[in-house]
Amino acid sequence: MLRSRIRVAAALAVAALVLAACGGSDDNTSSGGSSASPAEIKVFAAASLTAAFTKIGEDFTAANGTKVTLNFAGSQALATQIQQAAPADVFASADITNMDKVKDLAGPPQIFASNQLQIVVEKGNPKGVKGLDDLANPDLKVVLAAPDVPVGKYSQQALEKAGVTVKPVSQEQDVKAVVSKVLLGEADAGIVYTTDVAAGGDKVEGVDIPEDQNVVATYPIATVKASKAPDQAQAFMDYVLSDQGQQVLKSYGFGPPPTS
Amino acid sequence: MGFLAVPLLGLLNQTPWGHLLAELTTPIALQALRLSLVCSLGAVAVSLLLGVPLAFVLARVEFPGRNFVRALTTLSMVLPPVVGGVALLLAFGRRGLVGRWLDEAFGITLPFTTAGAILAEAFVAMPFLVISTEAGLRAMDRRYEDAAATLGAGRWLTFRRVTLPLIAPSLGAGVALCWARALGEFGATITFAGNLPGVTQTMPLAVYIALETDLQAAIALSLVLLVVSLAVLISLRDRWFPTA
Repeated sequence: MLRSRIRVAAALAVAALVLAACGGSDDNTSSGGSSASPAEIKVFAAASLTAAFTKIGEDFTAANGTKVTLNFAGSQALATQIQQAAPADVFASADITNMDKVKDLAGPPQIFASNQLQIVVEKGNPKGVKGLDDLANPDLKVVLAAPDVPVGKYSQQALEKAGVTVKPVSQEQDVKAVVSKVLLGEADAGIVYTTDVAAGGDKVEGVDIPEDQNVVATYPIATVKASKAPDQAQAFMDYVLSDQGQQVLKSYGFGPPPTS
Repeated sequence: MGFLAVPLLGLLNQTPWGHLLAELTTPIALQALRLSLVCSLGAVAVSLLLGVPLAFVLARVEFPGRNFVRALTTLSMVLPPVVGGVALLLAFGRRGLVGRWLDEAFGITLPFTTAGAILAEAFVAMPFLVISTEAGLRAMDRRYEDAAATLGAGRWLTFRRVTLPLIAPSLGAGVALCWARALGEFGATITFAGNLPGVTQTMPLAVYIALETDLQAAIALSLVLLVVSLAVLISLRDRWFPTA
């Protein structure tokens, strides 16, 4: 009796995991069909690149047959992982600072995209947020990214430019966590990249930050020296910088590298 | 054995012994230490308040579905804490089942508050107290209670003077385990209560954040948590590993 119950429970648990594994297998991995280039590369990319790099990874695999595994997190977390010898082949950061942290471990970086900040609020903007000034309102629950997260640092710079002091209710670990707190309705507003507002779907909307208060985020990419597949890593980096890669980034709302 | 011990050696090996005190007295570390103490003790208080009566019901009252309730009680022990955090958000968040009503009726919102962190820790840690207390209640000799009753003691007096002293060792072990688990809580706390120094950033959260920027501070804080865990284990040693 008891034994059969344990057996049923075990079968249920295994079935749930198998189902989940099947459903989730396409999220982070794009597997190549060709066996001509069996190598596989791991790309560590800033959380804000999630949608764009997932698409670029699929395109790259389709074109070259190299399997691409993506690891998305806050750039500061990725930089630490690389410092601790995590098996990365390519690193795409949302700021220069975190790329500099691994400069001894990576090849020469190149800027491949830019981004800007926007205030993310719930659809319909129920609190009537018009700009950064409104975020100082103590009745408003504001979430920011932690100061070590690139977007958190950029947010601070923008708030300083606007002369606004904000007391956030939480400091999140990456930009996606800021969006999700607003999505869940726990926070009234947050500062994120314009691309994340677009990726947040139809439950959120963005409030523009005027040019003179906004900050341009620059995204560098580099290959990691310890890579076991340096050619493929370089090919991926070139692909991101190529017209095809730039087209994809543009379609997700990223700007071109700043010309200055 | 080595598999379990080597990570600890790794931690000790990298510990910045020379400026350990300096690492532990930075404002961020002190804030996290103080907050962890407040939150974990708060979680123990909540667990005692809700958990001891629950243990009593589970141990003493026969009712249909008791095994189901007991399974439910221990669910948060095996549930991944992050899932617990998501569940708490959907229940006590501003749009949650209960949270919506709390917000409308009393203007109380729990996420991003110290109370929220306490709630998250209690959610994960309470089962340890309930299980231990229930075991103590089942193991005790109820004839002492009967004797007290025949001598004219009321229920409350009997509970205070007879039952409580008899189950004290189990209750104490439960409190210690519950406290240690609350102190180490990470997943549910960061998911439900967020991360703000001085408000919801407890020690495990501070370790996680520090790991990305300041490895030395992370190791120092980790060491404190390690020492506390060891102390709890040693204090329970006689209970779990009786020496002959």
